[in-house]
Amino acid sequence: MKFTFSWLKDHLDTEATLDEVCEALTMLGLEVDGVEDRARDLAAFVAARVLSAEPHPQADRLRVCRVDTGAEEAQVVCGAPNARTGMMGVFAPSGSWIPGTGLTLKKTAIRGVESNGMLLSERELGVSDEHEGIVELPADTPLGAPYARVAGLDDPVIEIGLTPNRGDCAGIRGIARDLAARGLGALKGVPGWGESVPGAFESPVAVRLELGDRPEACPLFAGRYIRGVSNGPSPKWVQDRLRAVGLRPISALVDITNYFTLDMGRPLHVFDADRLEGDVVVRMGRDGEEIDALDGRRYAADAGMTLICDEAKGNAFGGIMGGEATGCTEDTVNVFLESALFDPLRTAATGRRLGVQSDARYRFERGVDPTSAVAGMEAATRMILDFCGGEASLPVVAGGEPDWRRRYRFRPERVESLGGVAVPAARSVEILRTLGFEVGDGDEGGELSVAPPPWRPDILGEADLVEEVLRVHGFEHIPVADFPAPTVLPAPALTRQAARASKLRRALAAAGMAEAVTFSFMPADRAALFGGGEAALRLDNPISNDLDCMRPSILPNLIDAARRNADGGRTAGALFEVGPVFRPGAAAIEPDGQLQAASGVRWGETARHWSERARPVDALDAKADALAALKALAAPVDKLRASADAPAWFHPGRSGALRLGAVALAWFGELHPRVLQALGASGPMAAFEAFPDAVPAPRAKAGGKLRPALARSALQPVERDFAFLVAEEVDADSVLRAVRNADKALVADAAVFDVYRGQGVEPGRKSLAVAVTLQPQDATLTDADLEAASARIVAAVGKATGAVLRS
Amino acid sequence: MSDELTALRDELEGAVLAAGSLEALEDVRVRALGRRGAVTELMKSLGKAAPEERRERGQALNRLKQAVADAIDARKEALAQSELERRLAEERIDITLPVRPAPEGSLHPISQTIDEITQIFGEMGFRWAEGPDIEDDWYNFTALNMPPEHPARQEMDTFYLVGEAGSRPVLRTHTSPVQIRTMLDKPPPLRVIVPGRTYRSDHDATHSPMFHQVEGLAIGRSIHMGHLKGCLIAFCRAFFGVADLPVRFRPSHFPFTEPSAEVDIGCTREGGQLRIGAGGDWLEILGSGMVHPKVIANGGLDPEEWQGFAFGMGIERIAMLKYGIPDLRTMYDSDLRWLRHYGFRPLDIPGLIAEAAE
Repeated sequence: MKFTFSWLKDHLDTEATLDEVCEALTMLGLEVDGVEDRARDLAAFVAARVLSAEPHPQADRLRVCRVDTGAEEAQVVCGAPNARTGMMGVFAPSGSWIPGTGLTLKKTAIRGVESNGMLLSERELGVSDEHEGIVELPADTPLGAPYARVAGLDDPVIEIGLTPNRGDCAGIRGIARDLAARGLGALKGVPGWGESVPGAFESPVAVRLELGDRPEACPLFAGRYIRGVSNGPSPKWVQDRLRAVGLRPISALVDITNYFTLDMGRPLHVFDADRLEGDVVVRMGRDGEEIDALDGRRYAADAGMTLICDEAKGNAFGGIMGGEATGCTEDTVNVFLESALFDPLRTAATGRRLGVQSDARYRFERGVDPTSAVAGMEAATRMILDFCGGEASLPVVAGGEPDWRRRYRFRPERVESLGGVAVPAARSVEILRTLGFEVGDGDEGGELSVAPPPWRPDILGEADLVEEVLRVHGFEHIPVADFPAPTVLPAPALTRQAARASKLRRALAAAGMAEAVTFSFMPADRAALFGGGEAALRLDNPISNDLDCMRPSILPNLIDAARRNADGGRTAGALFEVGPVFRPGAAAIEPDGQLQAASGVRWGETARHWSERARPVDALDAKADALAALKALAAPVDKLRASADAPAWFHPGRSGALRLGAVALAWFGELHPRVLQALGASGPMAAFEAFPDAVPAPRAKAGGKLRPALARSALQPVERDFAFLVAEEVDADSVLRAVRNADKALVADAAVFDVYRGQGVEPGRKSLAVAVTLQPQDATLTDADLEAASARIVAAVGKATGAVLRS
Repeated sequence: MSDELTALRDELEGAVLAAGSLEALEDVRVRALGRRGAVTELMKSLGKAAPEERRERGQALNRLKQAVADAIDARKEALAQSELERRLAEERIDITLPVRPAPEGSLHPISQTIDEITQIFGEMGFRWAEGPDIEDDWYNFTALNMPPEHPARQEMDTFYLVGEAGSRPVLRTHTSPVQIRTMLDKPPPLRVIVPGRTYRSDHDATHSPMFHQVEGLAIGRSIHMGHLKGCLIAFCRAFFGVADLPVRFRPSHFPFTEPSAEVDIGCTREGGQLRIGAGGDWLEILGSGMVHPKVIANGGLDPEEWQGFAFGMGIERIAMLKYGIPDLRTMYDSDLRWLRHYGFRPLDIPGLIAEAAE
């Protein structure tokens, strides 16, 4: 919503400065989006007389001008063809910034002649594209007069962003009313508003509302037939105002409708009555119906749209835009004026469907004062008669003013109890009355009954009344109240899931991975590769096909990111993300229909380094990451079993699951080459997915956070190494379990420290070297004890895995 | 001591000093004090000496033996020192070589910012609440005072999942539905924050179809706008680390709050560089207001008894402002260079108390 400062002063008697008004507007909730103050921008440029314009001694096309601004004389070299002795031009002194060129003027010499300043064209002034010559001002312009004032450009233009509830401030009248309530001046009367214009004859055009069961679509239509008008240009002051706020003056009739739209927030429309066939009919649109609108484009109507029609066809979208065929032109002689009411919701929906944002829609979708329909029709009739002559018919009114009257309880103390600032009841009442509310006498408890004015359909209860008082009184006057935690020390803030996610992130970052945040959606075909893509998790209105399905896994996004990084030359790296995944069957709208996942991808080779050889990342890197994640989740990692049954998007032979009992807490491994190929990525790439929700919560212990007593043996542990020859398919875990189970009391630890194949080991077998730590409990181990323990271990491993000791 | 013994001592001490290595010194020791060493031989011959000489000679021999042994020990220590010096002089590495690789990862600025927000509001007694990303239309709109025909629904550019018209699940357009879930789930008084993913069908330089918000809700019997101001001013100043940061509350409109306020913080744009802090300019950073009575009622509470404030802010936006991240879209690009540059170290755990005072 744009308006000029002087236009505002039509409605507001004020001494306030532009800055004061802007500050007040913002603090009233009418946020100032911009102020264009041409007087400020053009302040340096003044009217000046060219005392003489002599040919330049060195250049045919240049002239050397002596210029008088009243305050000084300057010599200027000018190339404009119209520069001549005696003319009035616009002078820019050295040091001023030229809007049209973006340059700051400097004193200079042009072909050996000093030039100190410049005579400006309109383009250089930034006011038009005109650059044929310099600006010529009227001969009687006072010397030194600011150009902005001379050109009528000194009226600042203010633009505010209106929230959807403030239809009343889509007219300058409403803005002035708010400012008056805030104490920036007094609201003036509007001459002629509310007065009737006598009619001379019965309108030959009648209006019929044929809306069936949707009377609310257009409850009221007021009109006038005005005959014998002469539709020339509107007066200059109207044109200036419209132009200042960005509207193009068209003709008196059209300019009048725009003028009331801006001035009073009252949209109007004028039909060329001679181009109407019969009466005006307001009805819903019909499928297949099309209207050529005033913007030169053709729009399809539908049954949800309110149309203004004649007996033959639809002519205009009610509340949105008029039609080309029945619009007024310079030749219009007889005009039919429309001042109607349209349903805000339907107007908004229609405008959205048509993709039209018009001044009428802007107002009707916010709600237009229902009492302005008749008043606006009368005032516009008066202005048409004044500007265009002619003779007005009797008013034509179809339908009636919808009942807008309602009352709400208002307890003045609610301003303090809800708003936190004590405002005297009398001041609250004054604010509400200045805003046009009717405030009844209070009852004994001080409770008031308040009726909103017709232009405030957004006021729907006591909280709204409190807001009115508060915003006019000023949010800045609400004292800041401390809001400390209700207890001296705050309680822990995180949910279990959030606490786990936070630990997970830091653990994985500490493991060398960079955290990424990727979209929750992905292409459905990609989701399908990872067990997703089913219909219930597809978006109905995706922004693009690339983002049409909720992700069943984070991995496709991370793989894609790894590919992009690798393509960009970052040939090795590691990424992880902790976030939601959406699994088939989990489309139900419940919090547990959504899983949290922690996933990571490593790609390329480990770093090349003088002390270590580079190697491709592999499944065990991913296993380490999965274990790091599970440790951060406080999962009992020593109780987990690695099983070789990861899902299909992993390499079948180089992947696994980490299970607690039967429940998989995580998957890890190299990615399946076919999946990588489908994603356009290439290996080596290893990944894991861990599922925090699958990790059981630590059991609440009787002792709370107490740790069990530490048992430290005074006896030296003994380390013994074993080399077991086993078949290739025997996994290390089976051997280690057998070692541990051989003597649970004695074996404190067992670890594989070498895997050997080759000379000395027959094909199909491998040698696993295991370091076993024996912790005696009661007495130092004798040689015989050690021999016996070793024998038990070898026997147990042999029995479990068929292993023999390598000799 | 006889001249003979004195001469022997001088000779042996000379040999000890002349020994250039531990091996040579050992030779000297064996030659003097070994089983057949010169001193040992003299000791053995003591028995043959005349009884009246024996005592005196014995003492002299012992002194000799002690003197030689001391000389050897001293020489041994000196040789060990010089041997160490020699070895140390050889034992040199290139200490400019790079260390063994131990790559450190990073946290995304969104995660770090959420942790920072949690710390600050946690100090004020707010606790986390969570809700699903795939929401029911009622929680996302209707319960928040946006009935089905409300224009704000369309303005939010909602994503819908496939489903029957009217009952299609939505991707939550804001974290506000968790206000309702919290009120329905937990008894008042309440103080919760809800950081989480939100979705809107908008994709350009300054909009992402997925982004993060943090919702706040405080419900009590007498919480008013002064508290809203106190809470959010404290947050803004702590979050941006600017003790005198100007914070402005400006009337606005949201369907789910009444009165509603936009919150601006002070900034300057001098020299084309945005700086948060006292200056002539304002920057809008969040929306807030007193919870609308209808929303309280939809949360199962009596609006005549309970009232409070709510707020919502974009996490990416405040992270970008705080850390000078110029482009929203880069947040989701997963470019390693970006993640390392704007990311945080794993042990950079935010906390008001843990930070060093200025």
